[in-house]
Amino acid sequence: MTTIPVLEARGLTRSFGNVRALDGVDFDVNAGEVVALIGDNGAGKSTLVKALSGNLALDSGKILFSGGEVELGSPSEASRLGIETVYQDLALAPHLNAAQNMFLGREIAKPGFQGRLGFMDNKTMRAKSREAFDELGATVRSLSDPVGSMSGGQKQAIAIARAVAWAKGVIFLDEPTAALGVVQTRNVLETIRRVRDKGVGVVFISHSMPHVIDVADRVQVLRLGRRVATYEAKKTSVEELVGAMTGALDGAHS
Amino acid sequence: MTTTEAVPRTAGTAPEISRAHTFKQILQVQSFQILLVLLVIFLAFSALAPEVFPTWGNVRQIIQNVSILGVLGIGMTFVIVTSGIDLSVGSNLVFSGVVAAKVMQAMGDSGWGTAIVGILVAVGCGVGWGLLNGVLIAKAKVPPLIVTLGTLGGALGLAQVITGGVDIREVPAVLQDTIGYGNVPGTTLPTISLIAMVLILIFGTVLHRTRFGLYTFAVGSNEESARRVGVKVDRQLISIYVLSGGLAGVAGILSLSQYGTTAIAGQSATNLNVIAAVVIGGTSLFGGVGTIFGTVVGLFIPAVLQNGFVIVGIQPFWQQVAVGAVLVLAVYVDQRRRAAAARGHAAQADGKKKLFGLRSR
Repeated sequence: MTTIPVLEARGLTRSFGNVRALDGVDFDVNAGEVVALIGDNGAGKSTLVKALSGNLALDSGKILFSGGEVELGSPSEASRLGIETVYQDLALAPHLNAAQNMFLGREIAKPGFQGRLGFMDNKTMRAKSREAFDELGATVRSLSDPVGSMSGGQKQAIAIARAVAWAKGVIFLDEPTAALGVVQTRNVLETIRRVRDKGVGVVFISHSMPHVIDVADRVQVLRLGRRVATYEAKKTSVEELVGAMTGALDGAHS
Repeated sequence: MTTTEAVPRTAGTAPEISRAHTFKQILQVQSFQILLVLLVIFLAFSALAPEVFPTWGNVRQIIQNVSILGVLGIGMTFVIVTSGIDLSVGSNLVFSGVVAAKVMQAMGDSGWGTAIVGILVAVGCGVGWGLLNGVLIAKAKVPPLIVTLGTLGGALGLAQVITGGVDIREVPAVLQDTIGYGNVPGTTLPTISLIAMVLILIFGTVLHRTRFGLYTFAVGSNEESARRVGVKVDRQLISIYVLSGGLAGVAGILSLSQYGTTAIAGQSATNLNVIAAVVIGGTSLFGGVGTIFGTVVGLFIPAVLQNGFVIVGIQPFWQQVAVGAVLVLAVYVDQRRRAAAARGHAAQADGKKKLFGLRSR
């Protein structure tokens, strides 16, 4: 392919003690593309996502954003590039409400002197949060209740809406459908397509092969801290993916 | 969050389930429940001693007695909202008072110039201890309980080293006359109480209305999530312990002004009294929930009990028994509420919990 990937990893390594969590892993995602990242437990998926979202220091390797090498030393540096992540544990503050979580770390200040004193424009933040949830078709019933009192699906919707709202380059979704019901899962997959159509690169981690084949454009398979295969989602099958994940097809693919 | 505002229904947004606070909902709020308890106690003593208890002179006395604890309670509320603790406030108060008294003694005269230097020295000392606490907690990752237990001993010990264990009783007259037992000109309100009230209003606004306050709740609610969205968690924690220390310094100069002595041995239970008030007021030791208003109410309950018991002729020692019972009861109510939320009752009852933080895990 001739297009420059919006985010590319080359030969990333990271060890935890004697365990090589990442062993020279490569990865790439283009703008306006859904890449599924699959692999067995311990293959290094979550570690790779942490590295690419500024949450993990690397032993070696290069990360390129739109072709230029970048250092992702902290989550805020990743955010500045428009890289957002929805973590498996969602990482919401349970005592804060949906709008506060949505804008946490990016609060809109009141204009003028009040803003410089640290006062926030809650009205605007609430209105914009409501817009963002509506755009996703997310049912967040209240913007003023603490999110800790909400259902898993609502929390998920808030976490995804937050990432989608700020992601300009790449969005990572670490098992976004693991705790969801049928309808909510369909909403999430629909959201993924919509975000892709906005031109954002979506990286989708899942253990659910049917979902992967359904929503992804390409599938990249990790095993033992390396990328062992890349498939076009349209031309692959669940059997082939499982085979690549477990190593049963070793030798059959590059 | 834990502010008391209702959500305005904004035109153009999808219909928000906006509920007016019914009386029943307000009853669910711990700081309000505790306000009712305070009211009942107040009315009971008023009925028992109608000539003495409910007079301005007596109420003024109570207000004056809680003022210094109120200043400490502000910082403690911030600290406990982050799920931390500051055991060092009493020792810090003593240390700041001692150093300020020493400096003012050395300057010799008893005018405002000396007093202002003394105030700055006391606040500076408090900030210093707070900074030490904050850096050890945020950067060295030593648990707050241990760090502040260490500085509790450190500050008190150094105060005794500086004075040789003998209280300094020379305090500039201007401090004693104006701040110590003076009134706000033209009123009978103690100056010391006005100072406490102003600080409570300022920092209540900071906690409940500003970004700094929001980050305080965010750090207490889920430190990791705050870090991931780019909140500077370490800096936030350090600032909060500096605030608590600085206010302990302010309390040090207020105590010096009020009592005219450094009262080195007099603050051994101050930290626990302040923590009890914060917790009675509905601030959760697990972080993420709390109000300055609750803390103020929580301070008045022991003070009113103490005062009332003396007036109606009950041994004042009963006050400690009563406060202990209220404290345990307050935490029990908080625990039950959180257990109910964890069981999933929250979904049906979310309206009632508008003013509460609930933890999901």
